[in-house]
Amino acid sequence: MNMHSLILRTAGHFLLPLLLLFSVFLLLRGHDEPGGGFIGGLVAAAAIVLYLFSMDIQSARKVLRVDPRDVLGTGMVLAVISAIPGVFRGQAFFTAQWWEFTAPLFGEMKLSTVLIFDIGVYLVVIGSVLTIMLNLAEAEE
Amino acid sequence: MMMSVALPVVLPLLFGALSVMFWRSHFAQRSLGVLGTGAMLAVSVWLLADTWEHGHVVMEMGSWPAPFGIVLVSDMLAAIMVVLTGIIGFATALYSLSGIGKMSEKFGYYPLLHLLLAGVNGAFLTGDIFNLYVWFEVMLVASFALLILGGERAQMEGAIKYVTLNLLSSMIFLTAIGLTYGLTGTLNMADIGDKLSTVEDTGLITVIAMLYLVAFGVKAAAFPFFFWLPASYHTPKVAVSALFAGLLTKVGVYALYRVFTLIFNQDVDYTHEILLWVAAATMLTGVLGAAAHYEFRRILSFHIISQIGYMIMGLALFTPLALVGGVFYIMHHIIVKANLFLISGITFVMKGTHELKQMGGIYRTHPMLGVLFLIPALSLAGLPPLSGFFAKFIIIRAGIEAEAYWAVAVALVVGLLTLYSMIKIWAEVFWKAQPEGVETDDVTSGPMIWMWIPVIMLALMTVAIGLYGEPIYQMALMSAEQLLDPSQYIEAVLGETRQ
Repeated sequence: MNMHSLILRTAGHFLLPLLLLFSVFLLLRGHDEPGGGFIGGLVAAAAIVLYLFSMDIQSARKVLRVDPRDVLGTGMVLAVISAIPGVFRGQAFFTAQWWEFTAPLFGEMKLSTVLIFDIGVYLVVIGSVLTIMLNLAEAEE
Repeated sequence: MMMSVALPVVLPLLFGALSVMFWRSHFAQRSLGVLGTGAMLAVSVWLLADTWEHGHVVMEMGSWPAPFGIVLVSDMLAAIMVVLTGIIGFATALYSLSGIGKMSEKFGYYPLLHLLLAGVNGAFLTGDIFNLYVWFEVMLVASFALLILGGERAQMEGAIKYVTLNLLSSMIFLTAIGLTYGLTGTLNMADIGDKLSTVEDTGLITVIAMLYLVAFGVKAAAFPFFFWLPASYHTPKVAVSALFAGLLTKVGVYALYRVFTLIFNQDVDYTHEILLWVAAATMLTGVLGAAAHYEFRRILSFHIISQIGYMIMGLALFTPLALVGGVFYIMHHIIVKANLFLISGITFVMKGTHELKQMGGIYRTHPMLGVLFLIPALSLAGLPPLSGFFAKFIIIRAGIEAEAYWAVAVALVVGLLTLYSMIKIWAEVFWKAQPEGVETDDVTSGPMIWMWIPVIMLALMTVAIGLYGEPIYQMALMSAEQLLDPSQYIEAVLGETRQ
C-alpha cells in the first residue's frame, strides 16, 4: 500500500488537519446551505484515506485512534436518538426541537435535534467508508 | 398523540444501532437481539390494541401535515402484520442464540436482523407510496447481506438471482410511482386514493395498476415472477431462511392488498380478474414445483409460492368473506411457515443434511420433534382442527359464493398436493429407517434448547388459532371491513386537512 512518495507523504501530513476542519465546516454549513453530514463525512473519510495511501494501515489506524466500527455505531445511535426528544414535548417522532441561548463572544445561538441527526450521519459515513477501506487495504496486504 | 404507531419502526432501528455500537461483545449483541425483538413484539401488541379501539392510528412524522409529509398509518391489517413481524422476529432471535454461530455474529447478523425488521414494519405502517419504496430498499439491503452471511458458493448464486430480480421489481415500482405522481401530484396513499376515485377515464389508471401488480408480484413471488425464491431461500442460515419465509414475501402480498383496495378500486372486474388468474397459477406452479423436489428447504420454499396464491385469491375475489379469508390465511401462514423452516434447522443439526434421501428415523429417536413437525405441516395442508383448515375453508367458501368454481377447484387440488408433500417429508425424514452408510452426528443436549423453544411456541400458536379462532376471525373481519371501505382510511389520514 505504501507508495513511498515523499511529496504525497508531506502533503498528506498537511492536508489531513485541513480536510478534517473543512469537513466540520461543511457539516455545520449544511443546515441552510449546500453541505451537511453526508458530504462532510465523505470529506473526513477521504482525509483519512489520503493519509492511509501516503503512510500505511497501522499509522492510519493510529491517527484515527478508534475503530471505525465504533464510529459507525455511535453515529447510528446519535441519528436514531435525535428522533426522540420531540416525543417528550407531545409531538411526533422526528419533529425538530430548537434550543436558543446566548453564549459569550458568539451572541445568540441556536441548537437543534437536526444538528444531532447530521452529526450522526457524519459519523456513520466516516465509519462505514473507513471500515470498507481499511478492510480492503488489509486484504490487499 | 399516538406513539404506538411509530415505535415498531423506531425500536428496531434503535436496537440495531446499539448492536452496531456493541459489535465487540457477542453477549451484548445476543441480549440486544432478544430484548429488542421482545420489546418490538410488546409495542406491536400495544399498537394492535390501539388500532382495535380507534380503527386507525395515524402519526405525521416530524409534524409535517399530510399529504405533504410522511405519515405512518396503522389500520387493522397493518397492525396484524406488525404483530406477526414481532412474533417471528422474537422467535428468530431466540432461535439464533444457538443456531447462528459466532462467525455470522461477527459479520453483523444482529444489526442486520434489526434493520430487516425495521424495514418490514416500516413497509407495513407507512402511508406514503414513495416511503414504501424506501422501506422495500431497506429490506432488500438487509436481506441481501443476511443471505450471503457465510459466503458459500451456493449462497452467492442464490443471492445474485435474488438481488437482480428484486432490483428489477424496484425499478418497475419506481416507474409506477412516477406515473402515479404525474397523474395525481401526490405521494400520500390516502390522497392518491381520494383523487383517483373521482377520475372518469380509468384506462391509464389500470395500466399503472398493472405496473404495481408486476412490482409487488415479484416481491410476493407470484406467478410468473416466482423463480428467484426457490433459487435463494434454501441457501442461507436456517434462522435467516425462516425469517425470510415468514415475512418477506408477505410484505409484497400486503402491498398488493393495500394498493388494490385503497387505490385501484375503480375497475375491479378487470384488475381483480387478472389477480384471480395470477392466484390460481401461483398456487398450481408452487405446489407442482414442491412435488418434484427432495430437499427439505426447497420443498418448503415452493410451498411458500403456492400459499401466496391463496392469499392473492382472497384479494382477487374482493368480497368481505374473501378478504377475511385472505387476512386469516396470512396470519396462519406466517406462523406455520416460519416454524417449518425452524424445524428443518433442528433436523439439520441432527442429521447434517437437508436432503430427504439421506435422512430418516428421527421419529424413533425424537418422537417429540415428529409431533412438532406434524402440527404445522398438517396445518399447512389444511387439516382440521388446525389453523390452516379455517383459513382454507373461509377462502374456498368465499370462492363458491363468488361463483369462481374453477379457482375453488384449483385451491382444493393444491390443498391435496400440499398434503402429499408434507407426507413425503414426514415419511422420508421422520418415519423411514436411517439409510445405510450415512453418518449422523446426533446432538441432543446443551445449547439446542434455544432451538426448541421458538418451535414449541409457534406450534402452540398454530393450535391456538385453530381451537380458539374467534378473536382472530374478528380481527380479520374488522380489517376486511376497513379494506372494503377505503374512505375510512382516507378520512383518518386526511380528515383535518380536507375540510
